[in-house]
Amino acid sequence: MATTTNEREFPITTAQLARWYDIVRESPPVVFGIKWLKRFLFSEYFILYLTIIYFLIMTERIQVLDTPLNLTNVLANAWPLLAIAIGQTFVLLTAGIDLSQTSVMAITSVVGAALMTTNVDPLKFQNSILWGNIVTEEGGLLAGHQYAVELAILAMLGIGLFIGFLNGMAIARFRMPPFMVTLVSMTFFSALAIYLTQSNNIRGLPEDFIKLGEGDIISIYVGEQVRQISRRDVLSFVTYPLLIAAGLGIVAHVVLSRTVFGRHVYAVGTNARAAEVSGVPTKRTIILVYMFSGFCAAVAGIIYSGRLQAGRPTLGENLLLDVVGATVIGGTSLFGGKGKVLWTFFGVLFFVLLSNTLNLLKLSAFEIDIVKGSIILLAALIDVTRTRLLARES
Amino acid sequence: MSDTILEFQSTSKAFFGVYALQDVTLNVERGHILGLIGENGAGKSTLMNIIGGVIRADGGQVLLNGEPYRPRTPSEATQAGVAFIHQELNLFTNLSIAENIFIDRFPRRRWLPLLDMATMRAQTQQLLDSIGLDLSPTTLIERLSPGERQMVEIVKALSIDADLIIFDEPTTSLTARETEHLFEIIERLRAAGKTMIYISHILEDVMQLADDIAVLRDGELVGAGPRSEFDISRMISLMVGRNIEQLFPARETAPTDDVLLEVRGISQSGIVEDINFRLHAGEVLGVFGLMGSGRTELARIVFGLDEHEAGHVMVRNTNNHRLSARRSIRNQIAFVTENRREEGLLMNIPIADNIALVSLPRFANLVTQFVNRDTLVQTANEYKALLQIKCGDIQTQPVKSLSGGNQQKVVVAKWLMTEPSIFIMDEPTRGIDVGAKYEIYSIINDLAAQGTGVLFISSELDELVGMCDRILVMSQGEVRGQFDQTEFDQEAILRSAFREENGA
Repeated sequence: MATTTNEREFPITTAQLARWYDIVRESPPVVFGIKWLKRFLFSEYFILYLTIIYFLIMTERIQVLDTPLNLTNVLANAWPLLAIAIGQTFVLLTAGIDLSQTSVMAITSVVGAALMTTNVDPLKFQNSILWGNIVTEEGGLLAGHQYAVELAILAMLGIGLFIGFLNGMAIARFRMPPFMVTLVSMTFFSALAIYLTQSNNIRGLPEDFIKLGEGDIISIYVGEQVRQISRRDVLSFVTYPLLIAAGLGIVAHVVLSRTVFGRHVYAVGTNARAAEVSGVPTKRTIILVYMFSGFCAAVAGIIYSGRLQAGRPTLGENLLLDVVGATVIGGTSLFGGKGKVLWTFFGVLFFVLLSNTLNLLKLSAFEIDIVKGSIILLAALIDVTRTRLLARES
Repeated sequence: MSDTILEFQSTSKAFFGVYALQDVTLNVERGHILGLIGENGAGKSTLMNIIGGVIRADGGQVLLNGEPYRPRTPSEATQAGVAFIHQELNLFTNLSIAENIFIDRFPRRRWLPLLDMATMRAQTQQLLDSIGLDLSPTTLIERLSPGERQMVEIVKALSIDADLIIFDEPTTSLTARETEHLFEIIERLRAAGKTMIYISHILEDVMQLADDIAVLRDGELVGAGPRSEFDISRMISLMVGRNIEQLFPARETAPTDDVLLEVRGISQSGIVEDINFRLHAGEVLGVFGLMGSGRTELARIVFGLDEHEAGHVMVRNTNNHRLSARRSIRNQIAFVTENRREEGLLMNIPIADNIALVSLPRFANLVTQFVNRDTLVQTANEYKALLQIKCGDIQTQPVKSLSGGNQQKVVVAKWLMTEPSIFIMDEPTRGIDVGAKYEIYSIINDLAAQGTGVLFISSELDELVGMCDRILVMSQGEVRGQFDQTEFDQEAILRSAFREENGA
């Protein structure tokens, strides 16, 4: 009796285990174990497998992890992170880095909100230099305008592109190191966002805008049939952030893998000098990559602002580790020339799942950061080891 | 009485399913110099990398002093007494000679974490003296000439008391005098009872130095034995697998009068001074000069990679005001750079993508900019076949896994695909073997026959005399002489290349 209950508790029965062990033991190790281990290690989907394994292990420990409510939560966190990480992937592919992405989110969030807000607190904003010109007691410049949301979004994307352009120019034309340039623009634009708003959130955003951050297009209900479904039990399924991030991801994937520009990005990241000799427009490619990175950050800024229902000057201040971490965990190399949008997607999934489980384990914010940092380090180590093994294989 | 130090027993190694070494069985006698020759891609480097601990063999085994020898890392090879003097030198240019020699085992002051500089210097001085090198141990590597750096590598090998020293193309970057000095040192080492393996494309040197000779072709050992059994023509026919009657293929066509490229008064202070020349359709124009003569810099300026202060470049009688690589490519100019690793290739990227890099727009949809991968791979495969590039699947195999000669063919394929009318080649045959050289020469002739103008830059006078219609001689940034085919005279050309130094 005792054995049967045991077998029900574990997905794998002891008999099964014994049988597998025999197969592994009796077949020559080169044929069986190592081959499968290799296939697993060298697979393009390595991180996805790892995510699934991690998920399966953690569902045993955390009861609520695989509930539909929690899963929709995890996905809701994945979309804006994916949007911004896609931009970072392009930059890393050219052997650069864009630290300014989080400040782009903050500044676009603030400017976009200031333009379309319908409700400002004069007490908080009268010291801001925006007061009286862009923001007045009637709200933002575009408040009440027929296309307020559309125009504000255009302005936000434009700002993202512009900051990216500045970064790209400094890096490509004046040959300044990407780390330095984007570190400075991160500091500058984060500070500017706080200065413009005097460190206040801007509320009173139009409904149409908020929808982009948390609106559902298709909702689902999982549970028993009841007459009245309570609002809390309705789960998001297809949401605006999903569509935005997935759309961005598909376009980015196609551009990177199928177009001339995509090939140029890889060429510049692999060997910039050889690319230049071969007529690759290296400067233009680098500038465009940073512009795209700024654009992606602005998209994430839109999603996050909608979700928060506010323009927040400190938006994304703790997000940098997540962005670079998720991208690098996905397998994109910091040395350029190696990486894919799909890998970044897997990296983002792993990362949001990791954050989610750490939250559910009731760890403090500090503990979470410590664990996250260690995991990124571990991922980097695994990546280096994989690359070395792969090189030895060939 | 012969005594075997190193024994290969049916050693094999494959990359991407292509055999780089197949069933090689070879003995190296203690105290002998083994000359190892073969075309690029014949497996020389693979064989040496196995002993050097860089890669591991797939099959067979290697015995060192009768013991199985399977180094997993270069440092294990060093510990076993095997020193490797690489083609690309592995020295830290910002450190001194002494520091480089003791880099992996700095002497300490007893238990203190301080370096014992005095011991280091004294021991280094002793080693330098032992091979008659007149340098101070504290000299920084960056101040040494390539030849002197090579000597430092040798000193390093001696300092670990290596029994077996491998030289991989040691003379590529040496001057004639430095080469002579290197040979003296090799003779000294031989007298001291060291065993050496000497790899070179320069067969005369191998004949001069080696006691035994081994020839590899396509990963297999095709001939081995004492030097007395070999002569140069036998070595070549073994390496190539056929008899090469002549070193240079004959050209059937003559240059025309159409001027494709005209360079007028190009100057850049300190680099080149008032350069003028014309390149005609169907012409092979040689540019001869020693290192530092400005030949490479001139090519870079003409192609638009470097700046110039005065003068201009006319392509097909149209003036180009601003030069850039992209403009030059649009003007159907191709440029094989001197340095294929740094400027020619994307080493980690598959062969197909390297071949198609410059011609990418040709495979793209005009509106969507989508690359048609099928046509790209198909066309790249045509060029692979045309140039007989030895490789596996061009879609997956990265260029870095190819041998030097095959890498160079990838660079040439990349530019051929753009169907250029002006082809600039800077040292296209450097470090590649006889067979690959012959193939590159044939391509140059074919290009000329199709009416392409070829600017052929080289420091090997033989190949210029054998291939060109005209030779410009450069020295100290200026054109010092021009020779037509009828007046080719190696001595006169050399004299004008050296004129400044003799006159001064």
